[in-house]
Amino acid sequence: MSCNCQNSTDFSLLEPCLEKYATVPGSLITILQNAQDIYGYLPVDVILHISQRTGIKVTKIMGVATFYSQFRLQPVGKYLIMLCQGTACHVNGSLQIEKVINEHLGIKDGETTEDGLFTLKNVACLGCCSLSPVMMINDDTYGSLTPEKAISIFKELQEKAREEE
Amino acid sequence: MKIAVGQGSCGIAAGAMKTYEILNSNLDLNKNQLTVTGCIGMCYLEPIVDVYACDGLHRFVKVNGEIAEKIATAINNNDLTSVKEFEISNDDKQFLDKQTRIALRHCGVINPEIIEDYTNDDGYKALNKVLTTMSPEDVIEEIKVSGLAGRGGAGFPTWFKWNAARQSTGDKKYLICNADEGDPGAFMDRAVIEGDPHNLIEGMLIGAYAIGASEAIVYVRAEYPLAIRRLQNAIDQAMAKGFIGQNIMGTDFSCDFRIKAGAGAFVCGEETALIESLEGSRGMPRLKPPFPAQSGYWHKPSNINNVETFANVSWIILNGGNAFSSMGTENSKGTKVFALTGKIKRGGLVEIPMGKTLRDVIFDIGGGIKNDKNFKAVQMGGPSGGCIPEELLDTVIDYKALSQTGAIMGSGGMVVMDDSTCMVEMARFFLDFTAKESCGKCVHCRLGTKRMLEILTRITEGNGKEDDIELLEELCLAIKDGALCGLGQTAPNPVLTTLKYFKNEYIEHIVDKKCTAHECTSLLRYEINADACKGCTLCAKKCPVGAISGTVKNPHKIDMAQCIKCGNCVSVCRFNAVEVK
Ligand SMILES: Cc1cc2nc3c(=O)[nH]c(=O)nc-3n(C[C@H](O)[C@H](O)[C@H](O)COP(=O)(O)O)c2cc1C
Ligand code: SF4
Ligand code: SF4
Ligand code: FES
Ligand code: FES
Repeated sequence: MSCNCQNSTDFSLLEPCLEKYATVPGSLITILQNAQDIYGYLPVDVILHISQRTGIKVTKIMGVATFYSQFRLQPVGKYLIMLCQGTACHVNGSLQIEKVINEHLGIKDGETTEDGLFTLKNVACLGCCSLSPVMMINDDTYGSLTPEKAISIFKELQEKAREEE
Repeated sequence: MKIAVGQGSCGIAAGAMKTYEILNSNLDLNKNQLTVTGCIGMCYLEPIVDVYACDGLHRFVKVNGEIAEKIATAINNNDLTSVKEFEISNDDKQFLDKQTRIALRHCGVINPEIIEDYTNDDGYKALNKVLTTMSPEDVIEEIKVSGLAGRGGAGFPTWFKWNAARQSTGDKKYLICNADEGDPGAFMDRAVIEGDPHNLIEGMLIGAYAIGASEAIVYVRAEYPLAIRRLQNAIDQAMAKGFIGQNIMGTDFSCDFRIKAGAGAFVCGEETALIESLEGSRGMPRLKPPFPAQSGYWHKPSNINNVETFANVSWIILNGGNAFSSMGTENSKGTKVFALTGKIKRGGLVEIPMGKTLRDVIFDIGGGIKNDKNFKAVQMGGPSGGCIPEELLDTVIDYKALSQTGAIMGSGGMVVMDDSTCMVEMARFFLDFTAKESCGKCVHCRLGTKRMLEILTRITEGNGKEDDIELLEELCLAIKDGALCGLGQTAPNPVLTTLKYFKNEYIEHIVDKKCTAHECTSLLRYEINADACKGCTLCAKKCPVGAISGTVKNPHKIDMAQCIKCGNCVSVCRFNAVEVK
């Protein structure tokens, strides 16, 4: 919109989705999911853009975006750790894994490491309860976690990120 | 030979992809066929590889890369005896042999990504029978005879809901499947969608025909990406075969079909909140009546059922309602699927006829408690349910009998706990969940759950007051009365059941400041047993706050004023000298 800086968000990426859904009633959540897939989170200018294209008020979009836990208004790290805190994982020690993340990576629920590598998000059940405690990092699921196993997974990812640099 | 690798979400998490790849590159694929199945439900043995040889099925369990290579070689040499040691044990076989599978009948057997696997096993025959020989009223009558009740938790008779939606007038009706599966610790619905998506589609199409719906929608929770992918693939295949869309199977019945992915909110499992979410809004429940059957999605007549409810429908149509109702108890018919997890030896999916006891499921099928510890309680019904103690293990699985314990049948989550689980902490855990998930519409639910959480938290931290139990009881009743939807109405259940069966634990925490399960860290005391301590100094080195003092070869001592109860000293001591009290 008014901002002409060079790294302004590329709205054209969202265009195919908007073309399909902008005028279909009840599609707001679907549009937001698409936007988050593209941009990694929901930047303010994207929300304004969606509002403009769909005619849905910004307050309503913000209402929906803050109601559902899937939506993020802040960017996340390269690796999004979704740590299960569901009943089965809780009974099998998910809090210990959270403690390890707190200590080893220095982040709490919702926070991102300073190097931008990891974000921690507590979730309620990933549906792999018989492998509890479980966490999902981006698209990969890791089960039967122990503090040691969790640390070695993080180390591996840190190394991988270093190599990719 | 045909070789199938179980690839449900948890099979994949256990490494089934790697197993598949190794088989794929090592097997002689000119002579053998390698395929994929959904969840067999024996999650504790994943990754699982089924080999269909001429002498029958050989099931290999916990197949890591190394074992996969050996199995591939054995198959190529046409001699499975060399890998016999990796086959499932007779004990573990019992886990499946003792089950009766209807909703899960294809799970782990067919390839969920190939429609022919389903049609070759009587798939879409029930839909054909319904469309060519039965009126919608006939279908509803058959479901009535079967006694099928909603598997989403409340256990409402399915025929009654279908009939109400059928009777309701409107130019457009919707059939919706609730695949939000919000109870943390339950994964039956995920397994059905991932392992047998066509069965869900067929059941829904039959339901749509019965109520007169022209559009069917599945609301799947966002945390199930594989389920969404497999279901979409199945929808595309069914559409290509003419089972979805206009003039299905050449009849004048038409029905569209689509998926809507949820966005992470437990309350959206409640049917009216789910409708709000489908319409793109915040998932806040609506006041009932009007019921969805009269005014649902876009205020049109709508019917909502759970995944497992639909998964039984095609079986009932093919085998008759009487075959289904011949199983079970007087007021609960057919089978029920449970997700057995927690401190259990054999965790996974269990489908058994109603009328079996909890003991049958946990001990006979599940093999009892891990590491042979003592059973303490089983949690059923998740945040809306409760904890059932050992003395009630012979309770039969039946909607009424389970409600009488104060817990509920629920959707099928069964989390088993041993004596290392603190029941006050368990209640706190669930209230933390409901307080976070309350949509905020009703004051009683929004604030009441917060107050209860505060009280439970202070009890687990050793700051409980004498009248806290009374206060909790009072709040429970007030929230039950003052909440609009099931979330608030049932939120007190985890507290009420633990108060009913484990009141002594509450009193211990409040009066004696003790947690016998050793779970509430604030109440723990760490002490070094001077007789066992060899003075190796390891614990003093590992204590993050320097709370341990002592010199080499002399007994060490912990200063409780400094100790932050991290437990490091216990885990590092090689002489078991640190005691937790
Ligand atoms: C807070 C809350 C959460 C619920 N979550 C689910 C759920 O995840 N899955 C489900 O099928 N039903 C859930 N229900 C029950 C539904 O409201 C509804 O009764 C059910 O989907 C109807 O299907 P059925 O008759 O086949 O059981 C929930 C109810 C409440 C109050
Ligand atoms: S580790 Fe054990 S034996 Fe060694 S000093 Fe500590 S308490 Fe004593
Ligand atoms: S529990 Fe942790 S803080 Fe306390 S004495 Fe042991 S090591 Fe130190
Ligand atoms: S409770 Fe953690 S995966 Fe289900
Ligand atoms: S492997 Fe499928 S449910 Fe566990």
